[in-house]
Amino acid sequence: MSSKTKTMWNVGLIAALLLLLFLLEQVIPSGSMFFTVLKKGAIYALVAVSMNLLNGFTGLFSLGQAGFMLLGAYTYAILTIPVESRNSVYQYFDGGVIQFALPVPVALIAGGIVAAVFAYLIGLPVLRLKSDYLAIATLGFAEIIRAVFQWDKLGPVTNGSNLLRSYPTFKSVLYPFVVAGICIALIVLLINSTYGRAFKAIRDDEIAAEAMGINLAHHKRLAFVISSFFAGISGGLLAMYQTSIQASMFKSAMTYEILLIVVIGGIGSVTGSCISSFLFIACSEWWLRFLDNENLYIGSFHVPLLRPGFRKVVFAVIIMLMVLFYRRGIMGDKEFSLEKISNFFRRKRGKKEGKGGASHE
Amino acid sequence: MSWMEMNLPYLLAGISVGGQYALIAIGYTMVYGILRLINFAHGDIFMVAGLLVVYSTTIMPIYVAIPLMIVLTVLLGFVVERVAYKPLRSAPRMSIMISAIGVSYLLQNLALYVTGGLSQQYPAIPWISDTIQVFGATTKRVTVITPILTIVLVALLVLLIRYTKIGMAMRAASKDFETSQLMGIKINSVISTTFIIGSFLAAIGSLLFFTNYTGVTPTVGAMPGLKAFVAAVFGGIGSIPGAVIGAFIIGICENIIKGLGWTTFSDAFTFALLIVILLVKPTGLFGEKATDKV
Amino acid sequence: MSKENVLKVENVTMQFGGVIAVDNMNLEVNRGEIISLIGPNGAGKTTAFNVITGVYAPTNGAVYFKGDKIIQNHPQGKMKKLYQGENPEQYAGQHVMAPTPDKITRLGIARTFQNIRLFKSQTVFENILIAKHLRRTSNIFTATFRLNAREEAQMRQETEELLRLMELEDVRDELATSLPYGKQRHLEIARAMATKPELLLLDEPAAGMNPQETLELTQFIGRIRDEFGLTIFMIEHHMDLVMEISDRIYVLDFGKPIAEGVPEEIRNNPRVIEAYLGGADDE
Repeated sequence: MSSKTKTMWNVGLIAALLLLLFLLEQVIPSGSMFFTVLKKGAIYALVAVSMNLLNGFTGLFSLGQAGFMLLGAYTYAILTIPVESRNSVYQYFDGGVIQFALPVPVALIAGGIVAAVFAYLIGLPVLRLKSDYLAIATLGFAEIIRAVFQWDKLGPVTNGSNLLRSYPTFKSVLYPFVVAGICIALIVLLINSTYGRAFKAIRDDEIAAEAMGINLAHHKRLAFVISSFFAGISGGLLAMYQTSIQASMFKSAMTYEILLIVVIGGIGSVTGSCISSFLFIACSEWWLRFLDNENLYIGSFHVPLLRPGFRKVVFAVIIMLMVLFYRRGIMGDKEFSLEKISNFFRRKRGKKEGKGGASHE
Repeated sequence: MSWMEMNLPYLLAGISVGGQYALIAIGYTMVYGILRLINFAHGDIFMVAGLLVVYSTTIMPIYVAIPLMIVLTVLLGFVVERVAYKPLRSAPRMSIMISAIGVSYLLQNLALYVTGGLSQQYPAIPWISDTIQVFGATTKRVTVITPILTIVLVALLVLLIRYTKIGMAMRAASKDFETSQLMGIKINSVISTTFIIGSFLAAIGSLLFFTNYTGVTPTVGAMPGLKAFVAAVFGGIGSIPGAVIGAFIIGICENIIKGLGWTTFSDAFTFALLIVILLVKPTGLFGEKATDKV
Repeated sequence: MSKENVLKVENVTMQFGGVIAVDNMNLEVNRGEIISLIGPNGAGKTTAFNVITGVYAPTNGAVYFKGDKIIQNHPQGKMKKLYQGENPEQYAGQHVMAPTPDKITRLGIARTFQNIRLFKSQTVFENILIAKHLRRTSNIFTATFRLNAREEAQMRQETEELLRLMELEDVRDELATSLPYGKQRHLEIARAMATKPELLLLDEPAAGMNPQETLELTQFIGRIRDEFGLTIFMIEHHMDLVMEISDRIYVLDFGKPIAEGVPEEIRNNPRVIEAYLGGADDE
């Protein structure tokens, strides 16, 4: 298959998927768990892919994702709350200092840019650190960002530790799919470009990469900034999905969840991250729900242990088993494997991409 | 004088918290020294130790509950290592770290299930919870006991590492993992011992910690855990005296910041300190330098 | 052949703490030459390479490439007191030049590694293609949005060509690490060639090879020198290879250059023989 036909196929598949989603929305009631999973799944897919760009493709073990999502979410919310609602939202801060509202797409991109700018500044010192030290330093920065956003002196802008709400949100599941899809497509294009190859070289062997003329500091910074940009956008989407946000939501536990999604999908596989984020959200929010039901009977047998919270225990056990016994994840790093077998995977990938809303060139 | 009077409670609290961090930090620094692993689950083991006391005291007297808690915590540390880290010994370092995050996630969710997400009241422990007067400041006895107990335990640990056979094996393993294996050191038992010691100290730490902060929640271990890790990095990872000194510095600074009314930033300060240390002196106060060979 | 100087190492000393790894080294490599650096293990050969390629900044001394100074340093800070080498004052006060390895490569000096460092998860083709990254003109946006299609196509075409010249075509899509050892060495050289160097530094290219492979490598090195108009500077232990191929040889012992000359001179130099016999040699 030539690359042109491939592109045609992918475009066709994506169009069919979006049409399908559109039709489903007309049929299935909008409160259905199905849509919750799809919406949240798409958002998590984006942030997981952005994390994969860093951890999987560039080999930088960063745990700052929640912090960058926070930046994106807050930027989006702060810039889009309608002027007339500001008095009620910023009730403790006299309506806040910002008295304008930007259009949604502009604010989303602004969220990404703010996250990217912070990433640039943070990256200057911390990207010199190696593996686990980098992880703990980025985790630390995420915590610092969270503390700063809860600081009441910044209240006129951030509303302190109070909720931000009343900003525009989305109803249709198509919205997060389209936005996340475009972003993931951009990341895939980047990964398959000469810069993506340089990132992978750094992951495989830093010293050799540098000896091949790849400027380590520059390329690591690029990966970090770009990853954070998309984390910021996904933060904005998450804000839209949640309809209200608070800095305390963006704990390191959130980063861990995203990391687990990446690991389960396969470190170094974009499609893997997409699939696994939908599975992860579906399991944690939907499929295992029955485990929280205290009055579950099989025939006349009262299933013991079941009560709220049990679902999460089972889920955590499943994840632990995956981490221990299925270390390569669902996809390994397969999608970028040899040309020879790519035909085989292209068929597979087509299907999976459908789920992920991602596209390949 | 008045400044001293005003800040004495914070200073005392700082020393006390520092001691508790120190007990947790030792677990991090020893494990990192040998396995080069940030044991993200260590803070959660600390939390489980807290819950064990909460639940066991409802069915048994406290003088039975506390030794039982220590035994169970140690057992948990041992089991976690055997189940979650040992199978990954030859895997890339990142895999083990992810496994540690997975264990942390599991323990937190387990705690969430058991507690139903409600904060559990930690029982008052006789004698150490009593209120006493120190230099005119009112505080609990635990505040005074913590630093003393910490220093005694650390001294014992240092003696253990310096003068016993297992201590020598630990030092060898942290110097060179592979060679020590070749020299006939039973690496698995060394690692298990490390986790047992770490968990034991975390159990003691939790006893002291929760006497001051009475609520036990599933995520309560995360923050002290991270801070203790920062303390370990600050002191130079792998160095026990370093971890203790780092922990005291962090505990005291944090409480002074609280005393200044900057409570929001007390956590952030710790991480800012971490980043500064990593940039200025990545090996910490007492760490040894390691270089990559080209 | 006119003697154009390509590489000049001038009074380079590399001291780690109290240990002098390279002691006041001076050497010159002229265009089109194949120069070997030999010496017992631990003599400081790889350290010398690491200085030239920017991995370490030398403690003292300077390095010139095609007549231009590219690296220069003098003892400073703590090292000022510790320094035990020669000429401590010669470069004092002069501008410190310590470019990172990627900048050195961009100038036209490429290298291979003693312990093969290929990009493990990549194919042979991709390993070489990555080395084309440094001559790019695209930026991250033009590359992402495929506005650099022509350049990309050219990179790929050059890579194909290099694969053919390096006789790696048949393993084009194999994973780099799945190749037999000798081929991996080949690939490492090919990857270095892809950066379009003028000077190629080979760090023990024949390490771990059997006599047959070594013979092939000897011919291969001679051939790429002629075909690409390269200058080659290599560290090697296989004396057959060294004697056969080198125009000149430098001998290093305990960080100090002890001899220099054409193969015949080195073979009969008593100091060299002593260094090797006294050094519990590994040959």
